[in-house]
Amino acid sequence: MDFEFFTMNPIALFFASIFTSNILLSNFLGMCSFISVSKDYKSSFGLGLAVTVVMTITAAVSWVVLYYVIVPLGLEYLSFIVFIIVIAAVVQILEMVIDRASPALYMSLGIFLPLITVNCAILGAILFMQIRQYAFIESVVFAAGSGLGWWLAIMLLAAIRGRIENNPVPSGLKGAGITMITIGFMAMGFIGFSGMIAVQ
Amino acid sequence: MSAKPGKILMDNLWFNNPVLIQVLGICSTLAVTNNVRNTLVMTVGVSLATAFSGWTLSLMKDLIPRKVRMIVQVLVISFYVILIDILLRAYLPEASRQLGPYVGLIITNCIIMGRAEAFAAANRPLISFWDGLTSGLGYMAVLVAIALVREILGFGSVLGFRLMPEGFVPWTIMITAPSAFFLVAMVMWLARNLQARREAAAKAAKAAPKPAAGPSPAKA
Repeated sequence: MDFEFFTMNPIALFFASIFTSNILLSNFLGMCSFISVSKDYKSSFGLGLAVTVVMTITAAVSWVVLYYVIVPLGLEYLSFIVFIIVIAAVVQILEMVIDRASPALYMSLGIFLPLITVNCAILGAILFMQIRQYAFIESVVFAAGSGLGWWLAIMLLAAIRGRIENNPVPSGLKGAGITMITIGFMAMGFIGFSGMIAVQ
Repeated sequence: MSAKPGKILMDNLWFNNPVLIQVLGICSTLAVTNNVRNTLVMTVGVSLATAFSGWTLSLMKDLIPRKVRMIVQVLVISFYVILIDILLRAYLPEASRQLGPYVGLIITNCIIMGRAEAFAAANRPLISFWDGLTSGLGYMAVLVAIALVREILGFGSVLGFRLMPEGFVPWTIMITAPSAFFLVAMVMWLARNLQARREAAAKAAKAAPKPAAGPSPAKA
């Protein structure tokens, strides 16, 4: 297999992955932690940062593992397990590095790192990268953009939920229900971007 | 724990439905529901993965050290998901292509991890299998309901059969992302209201004999 470095303009891909095909609002990935954590503005910031960092690093590592180990050995059918192990390993190493380098950052980021191993946005970004056959630069750019898009979405939702809290909501819709409707409106807003850049 | 199979069924299907009440597994709930056939394929996959991984993890529960429990769970689940993925590719290549990454994402479906953690870790293998299967059925019921609405209004058809009359204008929003959020919220609202009403009725029924018994000491 030969790899082209620029099959698509990386800058366009970067903005497309943040806005037009936001990983959360148009691909629905990472919803579980998105709904439970967005109650609190500060935690949302921490989780968004953690997702962005982990997603970028794991995409780069998985790309190398995919095209230099899995594909040459013909082990494509094992790719799910390999990706999961890569994510778990990156999260584990990152946790140790941050703990050593900056205890302050560890305090704010540390609790979110284990959660990320099972965050479907990370695995989803890697699977999209595999299915769409992105080159290395594209993969990293796509992952960074998707992470930033996820971060943006959770910050916006946390801000909106802070406002909703003090308003009367029908009892059956409290919590998850009204949050889903809010996310629906956000998704409609993001559809407005879709005319700008097409992503594939 | 002495949970009865019938009670587990009712809990997982309705009273403690994984999607409506526990709010788990939302990612795929939203992503695959734009047509009924893909939804059926996906939910059968999730049910089987949950059932078999619950069974396996319950068998292994005494052998796994606590520290590596999570990673063992994820590996067992990935094993079953890989099987499902291979089967889909072989027998339903088109559905497999349309579902794309979402088949692989069954691994990180919170329902499976949730059942493994909450039920299989403390129960016997067969009942864990049943619990996983019924959780999957609860998930299936909600998803198929949403997919029906989306396919009928978005394409005017069900499972590819045209249902709506010629002049029907498809609702474009039903095919796009936001409608999934709105519909999930609607179903949640409906389910919670029905359950709240039932609970209120049960409470009223329980409270009713009390006033009858209450005043008698006062009279005496």
